[in-house]
Amino acid sequence: MDLGVAQNWFFLVIGLVMVAASLVVVTSRNVMHAALMLVATLGGSAALFVLLGAEFVAGVVVLVYIGAVIVLFLFGVMITRVEIGRGSSLDHANPWPAAAIAIATFAVLAGSAVAFFGDAEVDGVAAVRTSDIGTSIFDRFVVPFEVVSFVLLAALIGSIVLARKDPES
Amino acid sequence: MTLAQFLVLSAALFSIGIYGVLIRRNAVLVLLSVELMLAAVNINFVAFGRYFADSTAGGQVFALFVVTVAAAEVGIGLAIVLLIFRNRASANIDELDVLKW
Repeated sequence: MDLGVAQNWFFLVIGLVMVAASLVVVTSRNVMHAALMLVATLGGSAALFVLLGAEFVAGVVVLVYIGAVIVLFLFGVMITRVEIGRGSSLDHANPWPAAAIAIATFAVLAGSAVAFFGDAEVDGVAAVRTSDIGTSIFDRFVVPFEVVSFVLLAALIGSIVLARKDPES
Repeated sequence: MTLAQFLVLSAALFSIGIYGVLIRRNAVLVLLSVELMLAAVNINFVAFGRYFADSTAGGQVFALFVVTVAAAEVGIGLAIVLLIFRNRASANIDELDVLKW
C-alpha cells in the first residue's frame, strides 16, 4: 500500500475505525454499545463505497442499514430485555475455539487474496454512474430483481404473521 | 488503491463476524454479527465490481441485492427471536433445546 496517495490514508483511517468498531460489536458487554458500534462499521463501509466510486450503494447502505435495520435492532434489544451491562452471560464461557476458527478463516482469506491479487490496482477505471445501475437492474438483472422483491414481500408478511399474537389464545 | 487491501479488510471484518456468531449466546447479538459478515461481503462485491469494470455494473447491483436480503433476514430473524422470547422468556440460543433429544 503506497502511503504517498491521499486515498490510501483515507482507506487506512476508515479501515482501522471499522475493525476497532467491529471488535467492540463482538466483545462488548453492553448490547446498546454493540448495536451503536455496528453503525460505525456500516458507516465506514459506506465511506469505502464512496472511495470506490459507488455513491448510490453508499447512499442505500446509509438509508437501509443505518436508518432502518439499526432501529429494528434497537427495538429488538429493548423488547427482548437483553441484560444490558451485566455479567458475562452474553457470551459463551470459552472464547478460544471461536477465536481459533476466526483467525484461521482470516489467514486463509487474506492470504489467498494477497497471493492472487498481489498488486492489482483498482484506480484508473471510470466510476459507474447511478443511471447505469438503474439500466442494468431493469435490463440485465431484471429476473433477480423480481425474485429479491418477492423475497422482501414474503419476509414482510412472514414477520407480521410470526410476531402478532394469536387472537384465540 | 490496490484490490488486495479491500479484500484483506473485508476478510478481517468477516472473521470478526464469525467470531461473534460463535461466541455470543444472545440471539440478537448473533444477528448483529451476521450483519457484520454481510457488510464484509458487500465490500468484496463493490471492490471486485470496480476491479473487473464490467459494463453491467454487476458488483454494485449485487451489493444492493445483498442489502435487500439482509433487511429481510433481520425482519424475519427478529420476529423469530421475539416469538421465542415470548414462549421461553429468554433469548439465549443455548437454551433452545426443545428439538434436541
